Amino acid sequence: MSHTTRVLKSEWTKVRSVRSTVWTLTTALLVSVGLGALICGVTASTFDDMSTADRVTFDATYTSFAGMGIGQLAMIAFGVLIVSAEYSTGMIRNSLAAVPQRAAFLWSKVLIAGVLVLVVGMITSFCTFFLGQALLGSHGVGIGEPGVLRAVVGGGLYMALIAMFAVGITFVLRSPLLAFAILMPFFFLISNILGNVEATKKVGQYLPDQAGTTVMAVVPETLDRPYGPWEGLLIMVAWTAAALVAGFVVLKKRDA
Amino acid sequence: MIELRDLTKRYGNKLAVDGLTFTVRPGTVTGFLGPNGAGKSTTMRMVLGLDAPTRGDVRIEGKHYGELREPLNSIGALLEAKGVHGGRRAYDHLLCLAQSNGIPERRVGEVLEMVGLQDVARKRPKGFSLGMGQRLGIAAALLGDPRILMFDEPVNGLDPEGIHWIRTLMQQLAREGRTVFVSSHLMSEMAQTAEHLVVIGQGKLLADTSMAQFIAENSRTHVRVRTPEPERLRDALVGSGLRPVTGADGALEVDGGDAPRIGELAAEHRVVLHELSTQRASLEEAFMRLTAQSVEYHAHAPGAPAAPPGAQPPGIQPPSGTQPPGTQPPPGAQAPPGEQPPPGTQAPPAWGTDWKKGRRG
Repeated sequence: MSHTTRVLKSEWTKVRSVRSTVWTLTTALLVSVGLGALICGVTASTFDDMSTADRVTFDATYTSFAGMGIGQLAMIAFGVLIVSAEYSTGMIRNSLAAVPQRAAFLWSKVLIAGVLVLVVGMITSFCTFFLGQALLGSHGVGIGEPGVLRAVVGGGLYMALIAMFAVGITFVLRSPLLAFAILMPFFFLISNILGNVEATKKVGQYLPDQAGTTVMAVVPETLDRPYGPWEGLLIMVAWTAAALVAGFVVLKKRDA
Repeated sequence: MIELRDLTKRYGNKLAVDGLTFTVRPGTVTGFLGPNGAGKSTTMRMVLGLDAPTRGDVRIEGKHYGELREPLNSIGALLEAKGVHGGRRAYDHLLCLAQSNGIPERRVGEVLEMVGLQDVARKRPKGFSLGMGQRLGIAAALLGDPRILMFDEPVNGLDPEGIHWIRTLMQQLAREGRTVFVSSHLMSEMAQTAEHLVVIGQGKLLADTSMAQFIAENSRTHVRVRTPEPERLRDALVGSGLRPVTGADGALEVDGGDAPRIGELAAEHRVVLHELSTQRASLEEAFMRLTAQSVEYHAHAPGAPAAPPGAQPPGIQPPSGTQPPGTQPPPGAQAPPGEQPPPGTQAPPAWGTDWKKGRRG
């Protein structure tokens, strides 16, 4: 068995053997689907009261993803905990004593966590889409319509990327308290404000989540961005890659 | 075998570890002794490649730690901070470590049994007692059946039964021909386990010697004699080639003398004795004297008088470290060890009263 395979196996054991993995990922799924369903239900019953302009630009797909704004916080929590627990418990010393090749250690953890959040993200995205469309009834769209499948797959990718962004940042910050205190308010509130207020929008719309969500929109007018859906996702990929590389540099350079 | 060469770690402008050079050999328990903050844990972290040395290096069986593909099969360590996720079952904790080094899963059960944790294998360690946590850490160290074992303060906070267990285990591991390197800040603890001693203070090597030699050098005895006629006794003692020193309370202290002979001498000269006793310095005292100048944090007794001039701790090596280990000047050359003034006559001496002097020097 190669060195990488062994480290991957070890990281998988770590992820599956703590409760926080189950509760964060379940929360991400349930909150995204539940909140999305609630908003779709309300929208369906008030659709006739909406203005004509709103009705024309109504994005049924994007509406069903409304719960992800909160659900992503649980994804971030997963990303923070999987890394910060190493530091807060001191496990990192055992981990690095067992695997002194720090690159192998970090990228194995990233790969295992990445695959897991991708699977959960996809399940979340598809469930929330189908349930949302069912509740929207005649106002809903089918998965086969133009751009819809891209948006749903993009939703899964978005959820995975936001968790991995948190992984990278937490490798830099190390402390769970610090990581939560910075990431949670940022993605819950600050980034939304920066990305939507006129004064800051020019820059704010390039923030990871603001850019990433464009991939989930089918009707471009919903978001009003100077870049397309895939470009938006690519911006988020760049942010995530930068965060992970920064995390790797810190892990490599600093004493454990 | 662990070889340290000029190992140095600097934090800001403070040298936590200062040019340590020594070798930990197989087949014996090597005690790594020093007061709190002496740099023991930092040294051990550098051995494991967790902290990067500022200068110098350390090798495990001739290799740098980072070069080891399956380090747990060469060296197992118990660090002071336990490093166990409280929510990960004991079994899974060991399993993830085993997997990363290609150690078969059945070994997890074996080490759990070895340390007596088989019944709590499926329990989460956050509910473990200190002793159980320590056993889990030792189980992790034993996973790869390594030739080298390193324990950082393994008996801290353990009950007597746990201490006895760890002591026996370490001695057994050494008997099997393994290298056992164990740190402690308690001399008394080391005296019962270690055969070899490495003593550091403020990051510097103070002694690298066998325990037997350390005891021989540092627990020298002196005879204490009290008499109403000290001058007559002194003359008698000097006349027979002994070198009495007047102690703090007026008693005579004869370094290296033996009590029966001094008693007979006094009888010959018809000198009345009020006290005749053999004083043995404890190893703890010897250790405190050795490290007195290098203790980082002191509890200062207000108004404590400065140490008498020339009261250098025995066995101090020159900071240059040019002297080969084990060739320290004989202790007692400057001051007899175990020189204990009776309580009340003087504030407690020795424990670092002259540390500032040492720092400047």
